[in-house]
Amino acid sequence: MTSFDAIVIGCGHNGLVTAATLATAGRKVLVLEAGKEVGGAARTEEFAPGFRGSSVAHLLNRLHPDVVKTLELEKHGLKIARADFIPSVALSKNGPPLVLHGAYGEVLTGASSSEQSAWRDLRAQLLRYAGILKPFLSRRPPDLDGMSLLETASLGQTALALRKLGKEDMRDFLRVLLMNVADLLDEQLEDIRLKGLLAFDATLGCHLGPRSPTSLLGLYYRLAGETGGAAGAQMLPQGGMGAVVAAIRASAERAGVVIRISAPVAKIVVEKGRAVGVTLDNGEELRASTIVSAINPATTFLDLVGPREIDTGFVRKVKNIRMRGDAAKLNLALDRPPQFTGVDAAGHNGRLVIAPSPDHVERAFNPSKYGEFSQEPVMEITLPSLADPSLAPGGACVLSTVVQYAPYALKEGWVAGKPKFLKAIMAQLEAYAPSIGKSIVHAELLTPADIETRYRMPGGHWHHGELQADQMLMSRPVSSWSGYDTPIEGLFLAGAGSHPGGGVSGAPGLNAAWRIIAMGR
Amino acid sequence: MNRHVKINSARIAAQSHFRTLRLGTPFQPRIDALAKTQDWYNWAGYRAPHSLWDEELEYFAIRSQAALFDISPMTKYRIEGPDAEAFLDRVTLRDVTKLRPGRIHYTAWCDDEGFVLDDGTLFRLSPTRFRLCSQERHLPWLLDSAIGFDVTVKEETEAVAGLALQGPTSFAALRDAGFAGVEKLRVFDLADFAHDGSTVTISRTGFTGDLGYELFVPADKALSLWDRLMTSGELHGIRAIGYTALNRARLEAGLIVANADFTTAEHAIRADRLRMPDEIGLGFMIDLEKGHFNGRRAILAARAKCKLRHVLVGLEIEGNIPAEHAIVYHKKSGEVGLVSAAMWSPMAKRNIAIASLARPYGDTVVEDLWVEIYAMRELQYQKLMKRAKVVARPFIKLERRTTTPPADF
Ligand SMILES: Cc1cc2nc3c(=O)[nH]c(=O)nc-3n(C[C@H](O)[C@H](O)[C@H](O)COP(=O)(O)OP(=O)(O)OC[C@H]3O[C@@H](n4cnc5c(N)ncnc54)[C@H](O)[C@@H]3O)c2cc1C
Repeated sequence: MTSFDAIVIGCGHNGLVTAATLATAGRKVLVLEAGKEVGGAARTEEFAPGFRGSSVAHLLNRLHPDVVKTLELEKHGLKIARADFIPSVALSKNGPPLVLHGAYGEVLTGASSSEQSAWRDLRAQLLRYAGILKPFLSRRPPDLDGMSLLETASLGQTALALRKLGKEDMRDFLRVLLMNVADLLDEQLEDIRLKGLLAFDATLGCHLGPRSPTSLLGLYYRLAGETGGAAGAQMLPQGGMGAVVAAIRASAERAGVVIRISAPVAKIVVEKGRAVGVTLDNGEELRASTIVSAINPATTFLDLVGPREIDTGFVRKVKNIRMRGDAAKLNLALDRPPQFTGVDAAGHNGRLVIAPSPDHVERAFNPSKYGEFSQEPVMEITLPSLADPSLAPGGACVLSTVVQYAPYALKEGWVAGKPKFLKAIMAQLEAYAPSIGKSIVHAELLTPADIETRYRMPGGHWHHGELQADQMLMSRPVSSWSGYDTPIEGLFLAGAGSHPGGGVSGAPGLNAAWRIIAMGR
Repeated sequence: MNRHVKINSARIAAQSHFRTLRLGTPFQPRIDALAKTQDWYNWAGYRAPHSLWDEELEYFAIRSQAALFDISPMTKYRIEGPDAEAFLDRVTLRDVTKLRPGRIHYTAWCDDEGFVLDDGTLFRLSPTRFRLCSQERHLPWLLDSAIGFDVTVKEETEAVAGLALQGPTSFAALRDAGFAGVEKLRVFDLADFAHDGSTVTISRTGFTGDLGYELFVPADKALSLWDRLMTSGELHGIRAIGYTALNRARLEAGLIVANADFTTAEHAIRADRLRMPDEIGLGFMIDLEKGHFNGRRAILAARAKCKLRHVLVGLEIEGNIPAEHAIVYHKKSGEVGLVSAAMWSPMAKRNIAIASLARPYGDTVVEDLWVEIYAMRELQYQKLMKRAKVVARPFIKLERRTTTPPADF
């Protein structure tokens, strides 16, 4: 039997990034994946005969440049070019849509000229402020007791960036930091379509409405991501999100990583406070001196380690991590491409957003607070097969949409609620793409409850834990333990539940690997 | 309107706790009848006596007769279930798997940072049932600690009444009360005995360093137990006592009191008041060979990085003036610690104290230590600088405490 230096639990994209980075640094790494396929929530799957698509995550907008570089992903089949950037289209029922072109609206069309100039200013400001947070939202969070020189230096850079802002700008940065996105938008914009789109983007994947305090942070988080060197840019990867994972996997295997699928880890073996191996659900025990958990932090500690091996205060913190998802995924197999009212061909290749105003997003959020789904949900729609015909049979079309708000703990239960929610989504779609309903071959709706069981994401949560101010940075996944190491020696966290958070970024996975290497393991 | 009033009064009735500011214990009628000094204090919300008739004589009742002390206000938890042993092993410092049914040990428990939450006694009543007694309350901590264990934790402070019977004639009083077999109890043993159609659990434990027992009964059997002991003890000089006397006996025995000799982690407001077991003389409880327990990681790290900043020691101080709350100096000048309890010990015939010192003082540096005593003499402080010597605890060792069967005094 081969022996491994490190075992990575979970072969989502973050687990793969950790494994590949460790292997590149000379470690022998085994990745154990519970499912039959790798990729976690970043997969391409066939959801109807002949129709394939990104099962859950569909838009690439924050894959970290260091991940691309360290793992040489472009050599392994990932293609990112400016030409791939897609626009965001704020759909409108009556009248032409408003379109953000290039990297998060380098050009805005469909709005008045005064709104265009207001947007130019706001966009520049948002990117400037997101840029300040960027080092925080990519590197290991500051360690309050005992920072390394390197870490201090990168914090120093942030301080420097802040200084470069100038006094007025810095004051304003601090003033708006914890604002709600709706109030900020009201200060600077007029067009409710544009404000609706930004309100949607700020709250996507979180249990927040645009008027919830701190909701602006979500927008900064988004804009701290970049694609092809452009902040806020987005693309639909050729072959779906699974293709991104395939590139990471190729890099990992090239570096010698061994991947075992259908190998659910049941237990992390802890001896005298030290992680020494794992036990699979069939009882098989595997040992290594470094164990990396690239799955959910609560699952890691409450189920795999178990409360007996950790301190009570830590159990409390882990139990208190909020992670009830609000985002559902609808994958539609259509016999022909849909026609969204007023949208041109280029627009159909883009991201189509139904969020007509901040009020609409807020009203969609309201019921979710009380365990009910939105009657008029907000959503982002992509039609990936238009640019990648391999995803659908000739002439047919794949529609992939992320829908909010669908509270994980639906009061009436998702068995009863799911058909009703699907009806509500379809009614919304029909309003923007008349007679789309007649073209449906198959509909696959994944509620947060479905995502939880299918992809082993507790609460079906986008980030494996709410990404709000109290669960970010030094408090992610829990305070005192945000640096990927854990109270169990030799056990590290590497998934989206760790800093900086979720989305297909590879950042938690990469930081975890660097931390492990820095600790000389 | 009427309905409204009714609901209101029902709610008020359910919240009547504030009408009795100090609760009585199940023994209160008897204690009240004996309370000549009316010298009360607040023990965890209960009205408890500092003294009943004479502090000095109450102390000597412990050392030369049999003293009866009401310990009902002590916080008590009933911990039961298949995982009770594993649960307590994770919560507390000592190895609970080594504690046999019918035995008791003195233990302590810590938070994640390794700071002491409390100390207390753990009674193993059966393989799957325990009683944990302590100074402070810990239900939320214990319940959260129970996550992942098949165990129930219930507060039984009110339901169970407790008495300490301490002193050389305590055994004779119990024997004459008809508790046959009590002579077999060794120190830290416990056994159940019949009492008034119910059961009393008697353990050979106490807080005095003397021959002594503790008795636990259901609250409704409290008075009959009191009467039974008072009757059988009459010819053995039994006396009810208050806390001042007990506090002296415990100091002679070298025992510490939470929130008197150290600040418990949940009560400390200032970060430098938190204490690890090694810093209050409880390091001996830490068992690194057993399974995981709360604070283990932090304690190991503190030991490895030499981050233990304090030490709790016994002091013997020249002269005979108690050094209560005196500052401890090195070379008469550098402040190095504080006395938390002090007395002239009639038993040891020594001026004794318990003090917390900043390491290395009291640890590796034990020479040239002094205490400054402020003695009030007719409205003027007389400042005395007295030499202090670090000495072993307990300050007194009584053979009768451990002799089994106990002698008949
Ligand atoms: C509805 C929805 C839409 C989204 N859309 C986007 C998007 O468009 N763009 C974007 O960037 N992000 C999106 N996200 C977020 C993104 O999908 C996640 O943040 C990301 O996939 C998390 O990656 P991960 O590797 O950390 O975890 P995961 O992808 O959850 O991977 C964890 C892996 O571990 C495995 N595993 C779990 N338990 C065990 C075990 N006991 N033993 C072995 N293996 C185990 C799982 O099977 C899984 O493969 C979306 C999320 C949701 C819910």
